[in-house]
Amino acid sequence: MAVTASHIASAPVLDVERVRRDFPILERTVNGRPLVYLDSAASAQRPLPVLHAVERYETHNHANVHRGVHALSQAATEAYEGARERVRRFINAHSTREIIFVRGTTEGINLVAQSHARPRFGPGDEILITGLEHHANIVPWQMVRDQTGCTLKVAPINRRGEVDLDRFMELLSPRTRLVAVAHVSNALGTILPVKRIIDAAHARGAVVLIDGAQAVPHSPVDVRALGCDFYTFSGHKLYGPTGIGVLYGREELLTAMPPWQGGGDMILTVSFEKTTYNDLPWKFEAGTPNISGAVGLAAAMDYVEALGLETIAAHEQRLLEQATRELERIPGIELIGTAHHKAAVLSFTLDGVHPHDLGTILDAEGVAVRTGHHCAMPVMTFFNIPATARASFGCYNTEADVASLVAALGKAREVFG
Amino acid sequence: MDLKELYRDVILDHNKRPRNFGRIEPSDSHAEGHNPLCGDRLTVWLRLKEDRIEDIRFEGKGCAISTASASLMTEAVKGKDKATIQSLYGRIHSLLTRQDAVADVSLGKLAALSGVREFPARVKCASLCWHTLNAALERGEATVSTE
Repeated sequence: MAVTASHIASAPVLDVERVRRDFPILERTVNGRPLVYLDSAASAQRPLPVLHAVERYETHNHANVHRGVHALSQAATEAYEGARERVRRFINAHSTREIIFVRGTTEGINLVAQSHARPRFGPGDEILITGLEHHANIVPWQMVRDQTGCTLKVAPINRRGEVDLDRFMELLSPRTRLVAVAHVSNALGTILPVKRIIDAAHARGAVVLIDGAQAVPHSPVDVRALGCDFYTFSGHKLYGPTGIGVLYGREELLTAMPPWQGGGDMILTVSFEKTTYNDLPWKFEAGTPNISGAVGLAAAMDYVEALGLETIAAHEQRLLEQATRELERIPGIELIGTAHHKAAVLSFTLDGVHPHDLGTILDAEGVAVRTGHHCAMPVMTFFNIPATARASFGCYNTEADVASLVAALGKAREVFG
Repeated sequence: MDLKELYRDVILDHNKRPRNFGRIEPSDSHAEGHNPLCGDRLTVWLRLKEDRIEDIRFEGKGCAISTASASLMTEAVKGKDKATIQSLYGRIHSLLTRQDAVADVSLGKLAALSGVREFPARVKCASLCWHTLNAALERGEATVSTE
């Protein structure tokens, strides 16, 4: 998924002014200034087609799914299962049986941890992650470690914020049962060489989970071309609703896994003596699901594919290059995460101004950035900093947004003298 | 929203040159405070004579608001007894959170923190040191959290 200079040159130019008209929130002001939204890596805004799809569902088609024979229940079931097929196409999965709707990436990882890893792993088994993971791809594995007695290993990163692949390969061993890595780092923007990681892990017989939360908004993802065993991502980082996400799992693995939550929808028959479980994918979807969320997510996929994910990626890459160039010129700015292959994330510190103060000053200028540890405390510890400010780009950001960021940083310098 | 109200000269000065910064070793009590939201951490050390603070120092990494607030606090509570500090904390708390708080001249330099109330996301930055002081006073050695 590396976006290269040739990609940028060949991809069509995004009509960003037209795109911006699809996002009503961008018209509002913050603290009397036009909103400059540079926090899409935390949560992207929703375009009108997503909002309309959810509204249409809620106002015309809502009922519970897989339940009634009445018209609305059938309409809701069609909408929900249609969304599943949309997701299958989006990531090129073999079958909708491999598409589990979850609340988000966090739930996807926890599902695999509790349903795949926990029943199988024991002392002597190893789980391998990397030093740049989000807490959501650390803590669930620590829980499995504590529950099963297996070992959790961490492949280190280098000063650029790239995974040290040599060390990673050394840590891969015949004892490695599972490798769980981010596709793109949320704190640093690093794009990981997941194809190489997957191939190496498979050569050792390990199963691979990819945390794709930060990858799917910035590049086409083909789970079959990658060959990963599990791939999970959130709707709200892909211009869709919150509370909906996807876990892709290879059918063979999902079939062998026990359900992780019990309840309605995940069963075929229940008596007090015995319950038989439903087929894939419903075996993993206990209770009434987030139907409108799935509908909104499907609309978001239509939206980004219509714009063209390569086109979006090239647009964001241009902004990233512009922002990197301009921030490097500001005295006292240190970029945190300078990997050769990066997605649309720019983490930085400004000498003498704590990121939290920076966040407040930028906000007063209408510029929304994330400040803090980005749910990646080990990354902050590695760079020996308490926090960073992080600007992240989406399809609606412009060169003017980057200029506003640079001007607001000048303001911070002014306040702190 | 006026940044000048938040980042007054007193605040910027105490951020740049925090007073009573460092450790007291050995101390009679110390406590560590942590704001997981922004990663601010600070430790407050006390030397006590009965319930009076004879000496106080703090150390930590934090934003300008949390550093300045801690610095101003150490100046304000040195030599004071627990009851006086409790009453001071009550007044600081309403200064930080109540929109209708009137100027309280008895707060002295601490009044410079009044701009924080316009920035709800930052109230915890200013109050972390007070929670930590409280813990150091109440529980001897402990870790407190603003969450």
